[in-house]
Amino acid sequence: MPKDEGIGASSKRREDLRFLTGKGKYTDDINLQGQAYAYFIRSDVAHGTINSIDTSAAEKMPGVEKVFTAADFEGVGGVPCGWQVTDRFGEVMQEPKHPVLAEGKVRHVGDPIAVVVADSLSEARDAAEAVEIDITELEPVLNMKDALKDGATKVHDDLTSNLCYDWGFVEENRDAVDAAIKGAHHVTTLELKNNRLVANPMEPRVAVAEFDSSTDDYTLYTTSQNPHVIRLLMGAFVLGIPEHKLRVVAPDVGGGFGAKIYHYAEEAFCTFAAKAVGRPVKWTSSRSEAFMSDAHGRDHVTKIELAMDKDGQFLALRTDTHANMGAYLSTFAPSIPTWLHGTLMAGNYKTPLIYVNVKAVFTNTVPVDAYRGAGRPEATFQLERVVDKAAREMGIDPIELRRRNFITEFPYATPVAVEYDTGDYHATMDKLLEMSDHAGFEKRAAESKKNGKLRGFGIAHYIEACGIAPSNLVGQLGARAGLYESATVRVNATGSISVMTGSHSHGQGHETSFAQVVADMIGVDEAQIDIIHGDTGRGPMGMGTYGSRSIAVGGSAMVRATEKIINKAKKIAAHLMEASEGDIELKDGAFTVAGTDKSVAWGDVTLAAYVPHNYPLEDIEPGLEETAFYDPANFTYPSGAYGCEVEVDPETGKVTVLAFSAADDFGNIINPMIVEGQVHGGLAQGIGQALVENCAYDENGQLLSGSYMDYTMPRADDLPMFNVDHSSITPCTHNPLGVKGCGEAGAIGSPPALVSAVVDALQRAGHTDVTHIDMPLTPDRVWAAMKS
Amino acid sequence: MYDFDIEKPGSIADAVKALGGEEAQALGGGQTLIPTLKQRLASPTMLVSLAGLSEMVGICKDDAGRLCIGGATPHVAVAADGSYPGLSGLASHIGDPAVRNRGTIGGSLANNDPSACYPAAALGSGATIVTNAREIAADDYFQGMFETALNEGEIITEVKFPIPEASNYQKFVQPASRFALVGVFVAKYADGVRVAVTGASEGGVFRWTAAEEALSANFSADAVAGLDAPSGDGMINDLHGSGDYRAHLVKVMTGRAVSAAT
Repeated sequence: MPKDEGIGASSKRREDLRFLTGKGKYTDDINLQGQAYAYFIRSDVAHGTINSIDTSAAEKMPGVEKVFTAADFEGVGGVPCGWQVTDRFGEVMQEPKHPVLAEGKVRHVGDPIAVVVADSLSEARDAAEAVEIDITELEPVLNMKDALKDGATKVHDDLTSNLCYDWGFVEENRDAVDAAIKGAHHVTTLELKNNRLVANPMEPRVAVAEFDSSTDDYTLYTTSQNPHVIRLLMGAFVLGIPEHKLRVVAPDVGGGFGAKIYHYAEEAFCTFAAKAVGRPVKWTSSRSEAFMSDAHGRDHVTKIELAMDKDGQFLALRTDTHANMGAYLSTFAPSIPTWLHGTLMAGNYKTPLIYVNVKAVFTNTVPVDAYRGAGRPEATFQLERVVDKAAREMGIDPIELRRRNFITEFPYATPVAVEYDTGDYHATMDKLLEMSDHAGFEKRAAESKKNGKLRGFGIAHYIEACGIAPSNLVGQLGARAGLYESATVRVNATGSISVMTGSHSHGQGHETSFAQVVADMIGVDEAQIDIIHGDTGRGPMGMGTYGSRSIAVGGSAMVRATEKIINKAKKIAAHLMEASEGDIELKDGAFTVAGTDKSVAWGDVTLAAYVPHNYPLEDIEPGLEETAFYDPANFTYPSGAYGCEVEVDPETGKVTVLAFSAADDFGNIINPMIVEGQVHGGLAQGIGQALVENCAYDENGQLLSGSYMDYTMPRADDLPMFNVDHSSITPCTHNPLGVKGCGEAGAIGSPPALVSAVVDALQRAGHTDVTHIDMPLTPDRVWAAMKS
Repeated sequence: MYDFDIEKPGSIADAVKALGGEEAQALGGGQTLIPTLKQRLASPTMLVSLAGLSEMVGICKDDAGRLCIGGATPHVAVAADGSYPGLSGLASHIGDPAVRNRGTIGGSLANNDPSACYPAAALGSGATIVTNAREIAADDYFQGMFETALNEGEIITEVKFPIPEASNYQKFVQPASRFALVGVFVAKYADGVRVAVTGASEGGVFRWTAAEEALSANFSADAVAGLDAPSGDGMINDLHGSGDYRAHLVKVMTGRAVSAAT
């Protein structure tokens, strides 16, 4: 029987009432008394030298408060990078300065050069047209491999080259991997691209800042997945504002997908300008600006080689990847193609030897950073595609080849430095084959053939590392932050509960699922509990939401704080019932004394804590409020088997996704309905990447896909009804809830399944030379592959 | 958006007069012009709204049996009409419901976007474009991407479509915008078949004469199958498809339009 409340119940999302009725309060809904509007003047060339900026005419335009340029930011820090990668020679990465406004050079289309602050947006835009900027265009650096050639034009003149780092992992395995590949029975090689994407949250970025000159207090309202991180990065590294004088609020946020993790120049600008002009300053991104200023995702070029013995046992894996950093290092950019990518290259397989080489390259493009999955989709895509190709080359069924190599014993230490705690990959594979009616495929394929269509089936099995992350480990890997999470549980006098979490909800439904956990632990109604997040002025220092970490890390912090509450409440209950603390039991919101009929209600205990007339004041403090910080012992390792069935129109190359099945192991589930929604969203984004989405630049570094006229988002009619299951459960062994996280899985597992399905369809139709098509699989690309 | 004034004339004569003003711009349904204004890519000082001109809204048949559609008639009305099924089918798939409720046939033909649907119907039907000043045959009207025979300030008041014996429009959409990557309109009249192609050519909408000849002799998909696709030279080559791909689609979509029409 499904539960009605608590852990495991499909409680309806309480936040949806306000979201679906237009009552959500987003950053753009915040308007401060007397606010001015910022309009950013952005580079329309990819690379150039700024010769002069003349703001004099603009300064005199109606309504103009001030026109800012880099000259106004002398002595102000640059936008910081939060992760320092050490290369395979032991040297730290090259790290260019990232000024708030361009200094001397512009380095990508969209690079901010100047900002007009005026009474209205319209006046700011008018004045922006009067700012005279003289730029000498330079040759743009666009192709990563060309960028690394001797004598290539440099994106940053003060760096030695366009190479950010040359990373090898595990460097000590390099020779052994080379030798194993050289001597193997068979080596399958695949070259591929992981296409650049734009995150496109429904709500564009917004920043509104104010400064109180009487107290020196700053407040920034911003569209962020992690307001405490923004407070730390912007306060400490950019503007020099101590934390107690800076409050950062991220209210309702309409989707992030990674793009709202980072600290952006526009946030620092508005905060700085609010003090400079003496009135609040607001910036709202247009969709066009979002395309050229939100961090992009993916953009890897990879060669992968898989060595096997005659039975298809994997012997060694070697990858060579060029990862595009864009023009500057976004907050977590260096960690994505390294620690979030190389550590996942074992996948679900017991390949004994792995070597991953990644060259991160600066180019004159928008900075690239984490996007739903972040490194793990790139790892999964290349691995699952090469396994699929290997199966064809070896004449082994792709499912059988995977099964032969599955890891079956846990814990399992991979050759790429992580230890999987639990998993059952045969179980998820079995479930998938059942869900997708794999046995009936040939019959369906014959039916398609009768209708002149080519049907194909593709499979992928993924693993991801979520619940990011053990702080001591990431510190050793170059993170300039801890990755614990915090929670404060405040029990009010009459028994209702306010939970302040460091996690941030921007669509994930935390206000519902987090409340289910606390309600379950104490035995009170979910309605008694409110989840508060997104305000550095209200909760303890937290690290925010990304990397499918919220329930695994944030939820665990909340469990720890709630345990402290229960322990203290038991002491109070023991006093009230004149019993021994060890005999107190909490069940269904009431404390009882074991073996007696004595009972005291939750509300009576909480009231006693705040009205301590009859209270053990000599032993414990009054009040009932506890804080916990939880630092995970390991990553969590969700995994799953994904199956995609497509039909290709041989005349046009159009791919129709007929069915998509996902059998996931997320460990324990708090709210099945929310989990299903997360998987649906992830699948839509993964299918979007594989089928339609593509961020493209032309040879001059102009963004070809700079609006929805040319950047294709997946739409409802591109997607099938999803078939989702998460009944294969191997609970995480090291967090108190046994949860693994589910936010990114759909986007990680789906692209290789879809591409393999299309290749399968073409192979079955006799196009045996088509072993791979680069994403997105648009009709013209599939047609060209069939024609070649 | 820059500031502008807006005029709402009560008659075609008043509209023509208003458009005589300096930097005046006709506003139909605004489905192209308004986004252009919002991006500050156009700066007319005066918009003359044609949407409220009742004498330009509506659908009827003339004595010759032609379907006569007022220039300010929205796509949704053409979609619902049904007396020219190929044309109604085309109108019912332009944009989304918001576009179809606001966008007008006159606005679309005056703009002549190379990927718009209506130019294929007008050229493929040998329609007559009626303006406040004259009548223009479709064959003379379309003069290249965004180029038409209209003079400055000239308004499309009506479009007259001879109704064919059989017709169909097949659109293969550009995946992002969902405009036509290639759209083919086929119409069979007693005196021959017309095939008009939108979305594909750098020269805008055009007639595929080889297909017209073949189909006039034998109106069947087989007749199309026997043809070579038109040359990819001069076809649009962009992020969404090469010239060769578009040329290939012209043949595929023509075949499908004929199959659907027969």
